Amino acid sequence: MPFLRPWQTEREAGMRLEILNNGYRFGTKVLFAIIHAVSRHPLPDAGKLTFYRPDFYGNPMKEFTHEAMRGPSEWSVADRELMAAFISRINECSFCIGAHTVTSTRAYHDEAKVAAVLSDPDTAPIEEPLRATLRMLGRLTREHTVDADDMREVLAAGVSPEQIEDALAVCFAFNTTNRLADAFGFFVPGPKAFEAGAKFLLKRGYH
Amino acid sequence: MATEGKKRAAHSTVVTRVLEGDGMASPAQRRAAFDNKGLDGPIGTLVGKVATQPARVTDEDVAAVKASGISEDQIFELVICAAVGQSTRQYETALNALSEALADRTGGRHAT
Repeated sequence: MPFLRPWQTEREAGMRLEILNNGYRFGTKVLFAIIHAVSRHPLPDAGKLTFYRPDFYGNPMKEFTHEAMRGPSEWSVADRELMAAFISRINECSFCIGAHTVTSTRAYHDEAKVAAVLSDPDTAPIEEPLRATLRMLGRLTREHTVDADDMREVLAAGVSPEQIEDALAVCFAFNTTNRLADAFGFFVPGPKAFEAGAKFLLKRGYH
Repeated sequence: MATEGKKRAAHSTVVTRVLEGDGMASPAQRRAAFDNKGLDGPIGTLVGKVATQPARVTDEDVAAVKASGISEDQIFELVICAAVGQSTRQYETALNALSEALADRTGGRHAT
């Protein structure tokens, strides 16, 4: 968490780079204010980051992430949000664990299932293809590598090659976002803000 | 695998943009951050943590890079390059592993 001065709340302390707190163009600041007024929550730092010099990172990454999370896939949106939460959990990324646990819970309408997967996917009440995929994503995230034997196990569980590719795209998106959240020091908001964010992500996606 | 091709193309765009697009850090610095190789001092420490221990990055790590004379815009770019670089290595390793597993099944190289 960024250094907190005695007179500041965590929200006011902001991210670790001042440019990510106040370096936006006037029109973007107006947009942030409108989002705050309409949703009654400030735009989360994950969203703000994509508006800073968007040609460098924000725009191309939003396009990738939207395709991975909302594009055509045999995985449901709920499954992909669960993968995002699971990867974030392995990376110990507080912001993304919060955001995607709530989003996947909302998408599945099943809090117990998401909690069980995040606690231990080996014993969670999920289908084998999803379990094998999560196991492989976990190894890739934790150890930074997997081999052909790992992929054979996933294929043997009934997962199609296309599904594996789609899961790896989710993994790329969140291994990147988790790193930026922790390096730049994203503020971790309360449950109401995460609920509002989840509602937005399920309605609008990552554009 | 039309949609998978679209994802790979979008991934390539992200990588090309952060390595070769307009920026304030030099292309050589961005490549070094992406590869997590060849950066010394506080920026090397920060980039290394972003790549392999992101949850361990501290305020002090970032403050030390600023104190070394690297601008906030350069830090912004180099941290992004480090994150995209590590995730890309993982993504490509996994896609190659999938390709190898599928080649066994089809008796040849799978066109992933």
